[in-house]
Amino acid sequence: MERRFVAMTADRSMRARAGAGSARRILQGLVLLPLFSLLAGCNFVVMQPSGDIAVQQRNLILASTGLMLLIIVPVIALTLLFAWRYRASNTAARHDPDWDHSTGLEVVIWTAPLLIIIALGALTWISTHTLDPFRPLSRIEPGKPIAADVKPLEVQVVALDWKWLFFYPEYNVATVNELAAPVNRPIQFKLTASSVMNAFYIPALAGMIYAMPGMQTQLHAVINKAGEYGGLASQYSGSGFSRMTFKFHGLDGDGFDQWIAKVKQQGSELSRDAYLELERPSEQVPVTYYSSFADGLFGKIVGMCAVPGKMCMNEMMTIDAKGGAGKESRENADRLQYDNRHTQRGDEAPGATTPASHRAPKSESPDADKTHEGSGQGKPAPDQTNN
Amino acid sequence: MFANTDLQHLLFGRLSLEDIPYHEPILQVTFAGVAVAGIAVLAAITYFRFWGPLWRDWLTSVDHKKIGIMYVVLALVMLLRGFADALLMRSQQAIAFGANEGYLPPHHYDQIFTAHGVIMIFFVAMPFVTGLMNYVVPLQIGARDVAFPFLNNFSFWMTVSGAVTIMISLFVGEFARTGWLAYPPLSGADMSPGVGVDYYIWGLQIAGIGTTLSGINLIATIVKMRAPGMSMMKLPIFTWTSLCTNVLIVAAFPILAAVLALLTLDRYVGTHFFTNDLGGNPMMYFNLIWIWGHPEVYILILPAFGVFSEVTSAFCGKRLFGYTSMVYATVVITILSYLVWLHHFFTMGSGASVNSFFGITTMIISIPTGAKIFNWLFTMYRGRIRFDVPMLWTVSFMVTFVIGGMTGVLLAVPPADFVLHNSLFLIAHFHNVIIGGVLFGMFAGVNYWFPKAFGFRLDEFWGKVSFWFWTIGFYVAFMPLYVLGLMGVTRRAQHFDDPSLQPWFVVAAIGAGLIAIGIGAMIVQFAVSIKNREALRDVTGDPWEGRTLEWSTSSPPPDYNFAFTPVVHNLDAWWEMKARGFQRPVQGYKPIHMPKNTATGVILGVVSIAFSFAMIWYIWWLAALTFVAALAIAIGHTFNYDRDFYIPAETVRRTEQQRTEALAAVRA
Repeated sequence: MERRFVAMTADRSMRARAGAGSARRILQGLVLLPLFSLLAGCNFVVMQPSGDIAVQQRNLILASTGLMLLIIVPVIALTLLFAWRYRASNTAARHDPDWDHSTGLEVVIWTAPLLIIIALGALTWISTHTLDPFRPLSRIEPGKPIAADVKPLEVQVVALDWKWLFFYPEYNVATVNELAAPVNRPIQFKLTASSVMNAFYIPALAGMIYAMPGMQTQLHAVINKAGEYGGLASQYSGSGFSRMTFKFHGLDGDGFDQWIAKVKQQGSELSRDAYLELERPSEQVPVTYYSSFADGLFGKIVGMCAVPGKMCMNEMMTIDAKGGAGKESRENADRLQYDNRHTQRGDEAPGATTPASHRAPKSESPDADKTHEGSGQGKPAPDQTNN
Repeated sequence: MFANTDLQHLLFGRLSLEDIPYHEPILQVTFAGVAVAGIAVLAAITYFRFWGPLWRDWLTSVDHKKIGIMYVVLALVMLLRGFADALLMRSQQAIAFGANEGYLPPHHYDQIFTAHGVIMIFFVAMPFVTGLMNYVVPLQIGARDVAFPFLNNFSFWMTVSGAVTIMISLFVGEFARTGWLAYPPLSGADMSPGVGVDYYIWGLQIAGIGTTLSGINLIATIVKMRAPGMSMMKLPIFTWTSLCTNVLIVAAFPILAAVLALLTLDRYVGTHFFTNDLGGNPMMYFNLIWIWGHPEVYILILPAFGVFSEVTSAFCGKRLFGYTSMVYATVVITILSYLVWLHHFFTMGSGASVNSFFGITTMIISIPTGAKIFNWLFTMYRGRIRFDVPMLWTVSFMVTFVIGGMTGVLLAVPPADFVLHNSLFLIAHFHNVIIGGVLFGMFAGVNYWFPKAFGFRLDEFWGKVSFWFWTIGFYVAFMPLYVLGLMGVTRRAQHFDDPSLQPWFVVAAIGAGLIAIGIGAMIVQFAVSIKNREALRDVTGDPWEGRTLEWSTSSPPPDYNFAFTPVVHNLDAWWEMKARGFQRPVQGYKPIHMPKNTATGVILGVVSIAFSFAMIWYIWWLAALTFVAALAIAIGHTFNYDRDFYIPAETVRRTEQQRTEALAAVRA
């Protein structure tokens, strides 16, 4: 009987506390409401991605943050608590001026972070391997492994100054500043750059990877929801960098085939010469379609030998593998110079400062050298000189 | 100007009138401001007849205290420049949306973010840290100066030369448009023709010489010049962190010098270390620069940790909790800081095992760092905390830094880094640790040791105003950047298309405005304190109930620091001396052997500026001349045997007598 009474009062006091708690929660809600309405208008794309890889990366962020908060929150709370409790004016608090060691505490303050780091380290080791961008996907979504007969969509990406060129070898088409992929089909990106380093990043799809001249990196990803997503250059690459953005379309059902058909129909041919013209530095280049492209063009770009007469990387590596050439290799020197083509052609180099940059002085209108306005989506390539 | 362009090239290299951007309004205003301020300073020096003392007692001084103060002055002046860049960037990003281009075209904006990073790290944080170490370390170990006093003066002037070189780029030619680490191939000769990157290279190279030499100097000082009885485990904790920082400097800065030298060769003589051409490898530069760059982060933060340790135990009136584990934590951080550099470019595509290795080593650093935080926490526990300005900075640091540490460990998880790298989340993270850690530490240090350096305290009210504006301003300016990073916004963008981002940037700009008020309040704090110095005077030399030796001497300390070398029996040497009822000896003075001032450092500094200017503009005759001159002056100086003197015992007696009387007057 007595015990039941105790249990009842405990229950009642708990309920009362819960009531106070809910009142406080409502109050908190009221305070936070304007904050949430502010947030609602925003697109936390890294926190709400649409591709499985990015979702796993988001989950990893949340898990690691949670693990760390286990120690961060108590530390901040204790800092404020101790600062308040042991303030000089509080003479009631115990003062122990010579207390400077406690083996027990020392063990705790080294062990607690150690345990968290062991957990986080294990998480890191596993997730770094499973989410390695070079590793082909093993699933499309949680619980949905990739069927044996599904071949990933290969997209070859070139970071140019300052636009993105995408090749679709399977369809023999290419696009500038617009990327599309079918929903739930794995995508294999192969990436390179034409002159300086860059990074390819579609936050909704997957993490970024560098695109580097003379080299090829890889990224595997899949988009799970149809939609239009933003893509960007996320490594500073010179003055056109801020506008080096593109749209990524995740397309459902027939959407992707229709898109390919549209590119085929509206595009022109990307010959080697057209590429060399496209490759010259230019900003705000509109979306451009190419119905076909020169054979092996991407390989030549990776090998830095798209410019006729230049030596391809693999040729150089073959020579090196054979122990290098002798004096006769002097003749190769010119064929191995790539970086000077901007200055030779009279283009502004990506990082040029005055007087080497031909830009108008800062005081004059910044619009002075803008040639490409608006989006020319769906139109054939305009003349893309940058003068 | 010259009919014969060959002659002009011979005389002026690639420098011509066109390179002076006199047609640009922003720079006109800046130049006018700098000119007016400069003339005002020169006029004031003339009016107060300060030229003589300035030259004799400061510029040519080899006294570690004067040099330390000059380093901090340099840091504060450069802080204004670096912060002006920050304001320009924040205001540009707050308005440049959609059709609005803002007021800074990429051409200008890109130089500003490069200059901001370079100046804040190399010419604000570094001089701040070096200045505090220079001032405090010899006093804390009971020494009369550093091991190599002339070298110290020379190091300072090399740092100044680097800063001046960078500042010249504002008005003659332009600065680099590459980002603060000047990654090739963008920074190569073909991709970045022009003088911008050359200003960068020579400014850093010259300042780096100073930093390296100053590191050697302080290591020698700490290892060889400690007071009798001060074993390594009785070393004040700030001196310990300084020792570790200087070990890092000596081991890391030569790498920077080497990598910049390689880039210089690429740009000047056509080698191909980092080009795309002829088998060069830009990835090598990423590795090399970060093998310097990551230890650099710890070079900055360790002395700040030291300041917080000193401040916490002084203002809690309590021995530092866990001194031994603090020392080991510092040493572990020192060693581990060399094993993490690759986390700055996980996204370059190293294999998963390499990335995880560097990710995990990075996380391991958070263990000793966490232990340090706990040690400060338990120093506060059962303390009597006086919330003077240095302690306010310390508490604010503890709260702010753990947030930055958490986001840092998050960025160390490679797959998480793939979505956050180069984003504004990253920017928020490193400002969180560099402002919340290094700068707060330096401000705590300045407020803490100012009475030692000048004999009067800093004004408390304005110190608190500055503290609150800085702290709140920091959160308002950088929390939105964390949010923007999670929205996938990248760094260094001069313009944005998505208008929904704008409110966050506006908030960040307001935060920058609050920090500006914080900086303004700091300047007011200095001015008010100087004006009220009699009211703020501290005669005791020990205004905070200090625990370490620097508080045992007068404020400001005499040239010779200590009339008698103290003998140390305890970690908190001065605290223990006070507890045992230490009596200052008032007789038995001996002549004190001291180094003599010399102008060689200043002269070498000026010659170095001329040399770097000549190299930047291809003025070969001047480069050759100044190079030979620098060598000749340096070698010539080694033949100067008249470089020391003795302070007579009588002078020491008189100085100490004055202090005895002053102390007696206070006690009476």
